[in-house]
Amino acid sequence: MEKMIEVRDVSMRFNMASEVISGLKEYVIKLAKRELFFKEFYALRDMTFDIHKGDVFGIVGLNGSGKSTLLKIISGILKPTTGFVRVGGSLSPLIELGAGFDFELTARENVMLNGLVLGYSKDLMLSKMDEIIEFAELREFMDVAIKNFSSGMIARLAFAIATAVTPEILIVDEILSVGDFLFQEKCERRINEMMKGDTTVIIVSHSIDQIERLCNRVLWIDKGRMVRIGETQEVCSAYKNFGGQPV
Amino acid sequence: MNESERALTVPSQGLKDYFEKFYRYRHLLKELVSRDIKIKYRRSVLGIVWSVLNPLLMMLVITAVFSRFMRTENFAAFYLCGSLIYNFVSEGTNGAMNAILINASLIKKVYVPKYIFPLEKVLFALVNALFYLIAVAIVFIIAKVPLHWTIVLFPIPLAYTFLFALGLGLILSTINVFFRDMNHLYSVWLTAWMYLTPIIYPVDILPEEVHKLIQLNPLYHYVTYFRDVMMYGRVPGLVENLICLGIALIFLSIGLTVFKKYQDQFILRV
Ligand SMILES: Nc1ncnc2c1ncn2[C@@H]1O[C@H](COP(=O)(O)OP(=O)(O)OP(=O)(O)O)[C@@H](O)[C@H]1O
Ligand SMILES: [Mg+2]
Repeated sequence: MEKMIEVRDVSMRFNMASEVISGLKEYVIKLAKRELFFKEFYALRDMTFDIHKGDVFGIVGLNGSGKSTLLKIISGILKPTTGFVRVGGSLSPLIELGAGFDFELTARENVMLNGLVLGYSKDLMLSKMDEIIEFAELREFMDVAIKNFSSGMIARLAFAIATAVTPEILIVDEILSVGDFLFQEKCERRINEMMKGDTTVIIVSHSIDQIERLCNRVLWIDKGRMVRIGETQEVCSAYKNFGGQPV
Repeated sequence: MNESERALTVPSQGLKDYFEKFYRYRHLLKELVSRDIKIKYRRSVLGIVWSVLNPLLMMLVITAVFSRFMRTENFAAFYLCGSLIYNFVSEGTNGAMNAILINASLIKKVYVPKYIFPLEKVLFALVNALFYLIAVAIVFIIAKVPLHWTIVLFPIPLAYTFLFALGLGLILSTINVFFRDMNHLYSVWLTAWMYLTPIIYPVDILPEEVHKLIQLNPLYHYVTYFRDVMMYGRVPGLVENLICLGIALIFLSIGLTVFKKYQDQFILRV
């Protein structure tokens, strides 16, 4: 099978206080207080795995285990401290609710902005506008500033945009769970369709049911380390059985 | 490798990669510039009129005060040509310096090649410089400044200045992420730079020893080049062209290198 994403020896180290020092004054204060030598913290350690073309790949793990960090590295937002990721196709990432949106703009303007941020042209987005409105079921709200949207409405819009131009790789972090059950079903149908059309999908979800329904392979991570990777059933039942005990 | 293969996060990214991404994100770049233009020129009723009127009014004040001391012919045009180049550089670099911090929320959440943001600000400054040119044209007509064919060469000094401002802007935007005080230091420098550059005064009023020194100021070369083609019908020679292009390329390559080296750390610092 053709490899779509290769993750090799990826580790991600954060400086717990790295964002604090940004000016001369703060630097001097920190230096005086001897706080300059902060803790290092590994959000991910030695991740190595492949995702193949057409996979619907699930990632499960407890809060803070590093799932979102891993997705950010795959989509190129973060650079890993060591190791590398090779990506073989166009990406459409839905990492965080409202990422790439400007909340002051209307839904229609945001469709344009988000499309441009994904690297598409204005014309292409205009031609997809109706389809996006249709799928998101937000026709009456398209000219409303999205700061007035509910989180489910933002999720609908984001998902509709991300899948309007069928990407080679779709990344979905936790976004489906804010939609109502009808919309979730609709999204799952679309993901299934896309899978048949050879799109590779990566899903992070705390709903094990959803992972079991959609995915053919699953990775379980805990405290930044790979615990298990393999067939959905096998990994999911192991994850459920572990029930919070230390691995 | 098939055609669709876009290695987004492969370890070694060369200059080729820079340009490929640039091509892919050209729509975004265009939109960001046009949004800045809309915000600047559509907010007030007079819109574009103000952007022409503003330099003209400034010119009137400066001319009223200084033209008496300066025995420069066509002082108004002389001043406007100089301040066009200065404003282009100061606006472009200042905008670029803050571009990464302003777009922090976007950079943290989606993948966009980050140099797009400083580049966009320098492009926006270029557009403003073109509006400024309208003011220059009006003064040329009113003051009956003699016209030379060399005026059509004006895009050349603007192109040199653009490359220089982009290089400097990339350097500043990188420094500013790690060292926020840069903002304050640079605004002091910008004021000093204005007086160090012959904008209000001609070079010949300076003592002989300073003539050599002023050669070290990149802006001196761009301002002189621009005035030569706009006002004096002179075509700058090979040496002047090499100096102008050389300075621009040195700054640009330092800018690209520094920016590329540190851009992966931006997200951890903004
Ligand atoms: N920019 C950052 N600086 C410092 N630490 C960070 C940064 N981003 C993430 N972390 C840390 O990395 C760890 C993993 O975070 P991550 O968001 O990947 O978890 P997650 O698995 O997505 O959790 P959740 O299920 O709650 O979404 C957390 O402990 C978090 O505090
Ligand atoms: Mg998360």
